[in-house]
Amino acid sequence: MNLSPRRRARVVRGVQYAVLVVAVLLLVLVADWQRLQQAFFDPTVAQSLFPRVLTTALKNTVVYTVLGFSFGLGLGLVLALMKLSSVAPYRWIATVYIEIFRGLPALLVFVAFGFGVPIAFGTLIPTLTSVTLALGLVGAAYIAETIRAGIEAVPRGQVEAARSLGMSTTWASVSIVIPQAFRIILPPLTNELILLTKDSSLIYVLGLSLSQFDLTYFGRDALNQSKSMTAILVAGACYLIITVPLSLVVRRLEARTAEAR
Amino acid sequence: MSEPGTRPDGEVEIEVVDLHKSFGDLEVLVGIDLEVRTGEVVCVVGPSGSGKSTLLRCINQLEEPTSGTVRVEGTELTDPDVDIDAARRRIGMVFQAFNLFPHLRVLDNLTIAQRRVLKRDKAEAERVATANLERVGLLDKAQAYPAQLSGGQQQRAAIARALSMEPDLMLFDEPTSSLDPELVGDVLAVMRSLADEGMTMMVVTHEMSFARDVADRVIFMDEGAIVEEGAPQQVLGSPQHRRTQTFLQRVLDPTASHLGDVDDRQG
Repeated sequence: MNLSPRRRARVVRGVQYAVLVVAVLLLVLVADWQRLQQAFFDPTVAQSLFPRVLTTALKNTVVYTVLGFSFGLGLGLVLALMKLSSVAPYRWIATVYIEIFRGLPALLVFVAFGFGVPIAFGTLIPTLTSVTLALGLVGAAYIAETIRAGIEAVPRGQVEAARSLGMSTTWASVSIVIPQAFRIILPPLTNELILLTKDSSLIYVLGLSLSQFDLTYFGRDALNQSKSMTAILVAGACYLIITVPLSLVVRRLEARTAEAR
Repeated sequence: MSEPGTRPDGEVEIEVVDLHKSFGDLEVLVGIDLEVRTGEVVCVVGPSGSGKSTLLRCINQLEEPTSGTVRVEGTELTDPDVDIDAARRRIGMVFQAFNLFPHLRVLDNLTIAQRRVLKRDKAEAERVATANLERVGLLDKAQAYPAQLSGGQQQRAAIARALSMEPDLMLFDEPTSSLDPELVGDVLAVMRSLADEGMTMMVVTHEMSFARDVADRVIFMDEGAIVEEGAPQQVLGSPQHRRTQTFLQRVLDPTASHLGDVDDRQG
């Protein structure tokens, strides 16, 4: 065949469409949809999950994530500033912290946390606090690296301009560098929020009472009782209710800040 | 704090004594002695890499000199006990890359330091900012973001930002070097009017016509030292040193630079 490059590109595109259509057709024809539907979408099981899946499980996941992320953001900012500090021991501490908490699986950290906290403080610490701390400790390690990268991405001239206007180092950081850094890292930071939303499914190892169930644990519990995967499907959909709008909001924010850059 | 030009002319505004600056092994300034008097406009010219920007940046301590003394209005800025932030309020600086704050509107670029540093209230800061925007012809851009401005407009906004602190002297670090040629004129016009109002100015520039017309004194630097200084018509018109002659020949008639006796050292 002796096709011109543009004709060849058209043929290649046509083949790609054809492959897609065949794959979808195969899936539709071969899979046993009736049994899938019974296993994954049983309307009576689905109905029985409401409203608790929203009022308890979804709410708990959101609360855990928001609290954990807020704490992680604060700690992450501190760690980022430590990592950029001119005092070497601060840099070492921050580096060690980040390497440890970023290098370990979150589940492992939560298990250790779940064992360690009661030994250290007895039952003094309420679940919500320990959930916040556990999620925040893990999230902070990732967030710190992101914030550090953002701060370093702000051009040197910005600090110089601020200092030449008589601003102190602190004021230059607070009003010039950090706001710009956060604009730069908004997309990766949202990514971390989404990751933390999913990590919040691991805090069941801290021990949760019925009213403290998060989406995943709620789903698993319902699965055990109903023997239907419907519970998992519903819980999964609830995660998307959180994460998809988040992505949309960020896309809009990005577009708005692009105007100002 | 005095309004620009209200200090008696002829007092020593900037005094630099035996200033040295090295970056690692690289000696960028090798002993600079310099005085700028109140109301004077001094242009610093020279090949790139001659240390003229570094000299300017050493004056307001954006670069820390390796040794030597810098005094501004009698305050020794090289003294570690001096409040450098307070001293910098009196020294306006304009950068080659403008360095406007991209996350703030033009008006807020002009008010933020007034409010944070001078503790002016919002109304007062905006009044000063608006007056300075009008002065540089950008009143209609107060609500724009820097990215929505042309390079020339950004640089004029940056000048207005520095002026909003009501400095006693202004440092210009190649203010027109990153501008498209057709935008240079507006910025130079603003600087010229500032000079006419009696502002003490030190300008690192490649604009020889500006230096000739506006400067009271021209300093030619090469290899980290002042080679020649004097009235513009003297330094630019009948330079005494060979290096000055070579440089001017290159700048004023780039196409003829291969003629004459030109060494090939690049800055």
